[in-house]
Parts: sequence; structure tokens; C-alpha cells
Amino acid sequence: MNPRPVGTYSGIPRWVVAIAAVGALFVLLPLAAMAARVNWAKFIPLVTSEASLTALGLSLRTAAASTVLCVLFGVPLALVLARGGFPGQRLLRSFVLLPLVLPPVVGGIALLYTFGRQGLLGRSLEVAGIQIAFSTTAVVLAQTFVALPFLVVSLEGALRSAGSRYEAVAATLGARPTTVLRRVTVPLVLPGLASGAVLSFARSLGEFGATLTFAGSLQGVTRTLPLEIYLQRETDADAAVALSLVLVAVAVIVVGLSYRRPAAGTRSSAPEKRVSP
Amino acid sequence: MTFTVDASVAARGFEVSLSLGPAETVAVLGPNGAGKSTLLAVIAGLLRPDTGRAQLDGKLLFDLQQGVQAGTWTAPHRRGTALLAQEALLFPHLSALENVAFGPRSAGVPKGEAREAARHWLAEVGAADLAARRPDELSGGQAQRVAVARALAANPQVLLLDEPMAALDIHAAPLLRRLLKRVLAGRRAIIVTHDVLDAYMLADRVIVMEQGRITEEGPTRALLRRPRSSFAAGLAGLNLVSGTVTSTGIRSAEGLEFAGLHDGPLGEGQAGVAAFPPSAVSVFLSEAHGSPRNSFKVTVTDLEPHGDQIRVRAGELSADVTPAASADLSLAPGLEVYFVVKAAAVAIYPA
Repeated sequence: MNPRPVGTYSGIPRWVVAIAAVGALFVLLPLAAMAARVNWAKFIPLVTSEASLTALGLSLRTAAASTVLCVLFGVPLALVLARGGFPGQRLLRSFVLLPLVLPPVVGGIALLYTFGRQGLLGRSLEVAGIQIAFSTTAVVLAQTFVALPFLVVSLEGALRSAGSRYEAVAATLGARPTTVLRRVTVPLVLPGLASGAVLSFARSLGEFGATLTFAGSLQGVTRTLPLEIYLQRETDADAAVALSLVLVAVAVIVVGLSYRRPAAGTRSSAPEKRVSP
Repeated sequence: MTFTVDASVAARGFEVSLSLGPAETVAVLGPNGAGKSTLLAVIAGLLRPDTGRAQLDGKLLFDLQQGVQAGTWTAPHRRGTALLAQEALLFPHLSALENVAFGPRSAGVPKGEAREAARHWLAEVGAADLAARRPDELSGGQAQRVAVARALAANPQVLLLDEPMAALDIHAAPLLRRLLKRVLAGRRAIIVTHDVLDAYMLADRVIVMEQGRITEEGPTRALLRRPRSSFAAGLAGLNLVSGTVTSTGIRSAEGLEFAGLHDGPLGEGQAGVAAFPPSAVSVFLSEAHGSPRNSFKVTVTDLEPHGDQIRVRAGELSADVTPAASADLSLAPGLEVYFVVKAAAVAIYPA
């Protein structure tokens, strides 16, 4: 993660650098093309319109809630997957990571048949007076569903590269498993946990398909920023582009925060960040 | 009040039975893969043996019987068996002081009191000035000293040391060895080591492990003076030939006759060993005669420096010659020479 000191041998062939440059352009060029189409004169009114601000606020709130849920469920999942040894472990991992490759709209349908009025759990919840589908709660659930694997993957990688030797030493020093988790394991993988949480947040922020399917598009309730952008695109291309730029800016800030260099004191303890998607 | 352990791990071919007195330090020696670290892992509770039983001062660590599903198994944190590994493994996010305070804190000691205890143990290992440092600001030797303090602060009933000097440089190792000599005095400990010096300096008793079994054990000095296994002989720097006792010495399995001095009364035909130091062996290009000498033909396999001498290895046996003699004889691997040793330098004792 730290930049290589200037002047040391890198060993990268030039043609690799050339291809890497093309790859980087492939990502940057569309962003630049979009930025070029921004109607700067109307930019501020467009992004500060009531509908835009409502959508942005809803997006930030639901993404934050989803991130909390991801940490809550993702940390135990990653621990069990990285440290546990039980039959079906590989199968469990495959299923937990499934949302990474599943089309989000399929995830939305699956959630609908779970928490919808006629769903597996939805019917009982309905009896209890709880209705989830097409509510803000549904937005949070949809986002958590697609974002959870990001946290699990990056945290499991951090746990594996940290190894369990510190935990073993802590146990022989008399620390109970919960104490070991709190005072050794979690602090050791904190960089991995942080980057996983940030990725989950970013993924939640961009979630579209599952949200639309499971939560619908009600302004102020379930219409998050990506949904607002999609809706605006039909009627007002300028507004869609302006809001897209806002989303890009938020994403850049979020990713920038998670990949900045670790502070000096935590350098040696930071396990290699391994984020596959 | 003793510590006893009996354990077998079938998958590793491990089967060991061992007991320690209340203030006894035992050194475990043996080649790589002999099961030394397995022994520590079983005692610490990091590895579950197939069968066995261990008891520490009246507390049952485990009691696992063949075929019985639910045996007794005490979790590592309830055992009182602190483990000190080759690497210090200080928690990187905690200062040296907090690392040492970790054990007391885990035992429920209040923060301030735990820090006080940590300061005491840091002072005990001569690392009081390192209290505020982070592990990445410590040298290997300093980190290992802090790790010793951390292990002692947990107040273990058995201290397990797994080659604690192995990862240290030649300047740091002697310092840590002296420190261990001081803190292990009057303490129950098991130290796994490759270095015979550790056994001499730190241990009351030595155990030699080979292929998952204890092959030899006894008081350190006695064992190294009269080794019975080739591994212990190698540690003691002695040549060892095993065979059957004859009236004048010993006859090896290959039929070689060794004349030597019987160490106590020995019956002819019983199993025995002949031990002699490489310094007592002379090297000749042709067979030397004259009794009472042992002369046998060997092929040089290796030459290596040994202090200011050259150690000539020929299979299991070795001889020490001066560099000048080595040059005169044009010694090189593959050369056939005669090893000659005076009978008076060969000790014969029961295997």
C-alpha cells in the first residue's frame, strides 16, 4: 500500500505499464466525458433542488444504516469463515459471496419473496403488524444484501493474513475468547475492517436494482440518489448528469478515505488489504 | 504438587509421557519434526491430543480416553500455561507496558494495578525504559525480553518456551539466556531448544525427543557426558557407536571391533555404546598398527571449520585435525582414510 521509495528497482516491463495506462483510461474517460456534459450554469440549482436533496439525504442515511448492519453481521461471518473449521464452510462462503455476482434485481426479487406481504417471513411479520417491503427499511435491507459480501471478503482476507498466532498467545496468557476478540483480533484487523466497511458503504450508496425491485421508488421514502438519477434521465438529462457527478464525488471521497496511507503508528500492524471485487 | 502429562496424537505419531516437579526446568532437545512443539501445543491447550491425561497442581487439564466421546478438556485460557515462542509476538497495537499488562488484565486485575504489575515485570527483565515503546520500535532482543515479562506477568504455573533464542542474533541471544537463567530459577518451565548451551545453563533435566517419542532423559550433565542416542551424542559433540559389549570393548552391528575402557562392570553380549570425542581421533592415509589402538577405514564425507580445527566427517563419525594436518593429508570429500583412536579415549557403557 505504501509507495515504493524512489530509485528502487520495480521490475515492471514497459509494455505492462502501457496496458495499465489503457486500462486506467477506460475507467477515467467515461467519467471525464460525463463531467464534460455537465451544465455548470445550472449545476447548483439542479443538485440543490428539493427532490435531489431528499434523495441524497435518504441515500446517505440508508447507506450508513446498511453499513452498520454489514459490520454487525459481517464481522461474525468473516470470523467464522476465516477461523472456524466445520463441514459446509466452503458452501457457506459461496452463498455469502453470491450477491457479488448475482444481478441485484434478482436479489430484490429474492428479498421480496422473503419479506414481502406474501413472503416467507413477510406473512408472519404482517400478522405482527410489521410491513417491510416498499419502506425505508426495505431500502436498508436491499443495500445490506448486496453490500455484505464486500465486508466479509475484505475482513476475511485481513483475518487470514493476520493469522491466529496472536490469538493463541493471548489465550495462553489467560484471555477468554471474547477478550481475545475485543483486545487482539479486532484491533489487529481494524484496517481491513475499516476498508471493508467503507466499501460496503460505497456499494450501498450505489445500489439500484435490488432497491427498485424490493423497495420501489417513493420520493423521500425509498427513492435513493441512483433511483432519482435514473428517473431524471428520462425527463431532464442535465439534472441526471449533475447528480451523477455528485455521486462520483461522494464515491471518490469515500474510497480516498479508505485507501489513504495508514498512520505511522499502525504501519506494521496493518495487514495487507485484500479486496477482490 | 507436580505436573504430569500423558498424550498421544496419532496423526503425528506423537506419544509422550512426562512429569515435572514444582520448581523444575526441563529442556526438550531433538531434531526438527520430532514433536517438540507438538508437546508444548498439547500442554498449552492449542492442540487436542487423541488420548491422554494431564494434571497441573491438582487441576485437570485434559482427560481424553480412546472411544469416549466427551472427555475433560480445559480451555487454554484456564490452564495457567504461558507460551513464549521463537518470535516475541507482542501485540502490535499495544505498547510494551500494555502488552505485559495483558495477562493480569485478562485475569480481571484493575487497570492501574495491572500496569503496576507490568512495570514490575518490565523492571525484572531490565526493560523498564521500554515501557512506552510500540513493538515495532523494539529490536528483536528487546521484544523478546518484553515477551518474557509478559509471560511471567500472567503468573503461569508452567512456563512453556519454544526456542526463545532461535530468532535472535548472536549478541542478543546470550543476554536473553542470562535473563532466562535468572527468571527460571525456582520456576516450573519446559524449554524447547536446539542449543545444548540452553540445556546446560537453564535446565535441571534434559529430554531427547525423536520421531514423536522420548528416546532419552536424565540430568543434563549426566546425559551429555554419557549420551545413549546418536542425537544426544551429536549435541554433546561425541562420536557414538552402538553394538554389543565384548571383553575388550564393543562390537558394532557392522562387525567393527572397538577397544575401550569399560565404564563400570559390564556383561559380555549386552547392548552397549562406545563414546569418544572427535579430538581423540587422528587421521592417517595408511593403516596404523600398534595396540591398544582402534584403526578403521572410512570415507571422508565432509570437512567443516570447528573452532580453530577442521572437523573431518565420515558418515556418523568425525575427527578434529589442525588446518595444517588437513592440508598435508590433502583431505577432501571422497578420500579414503583411516581414523585412529586410542582405546583409552573410548568409554564403553550400557546402552
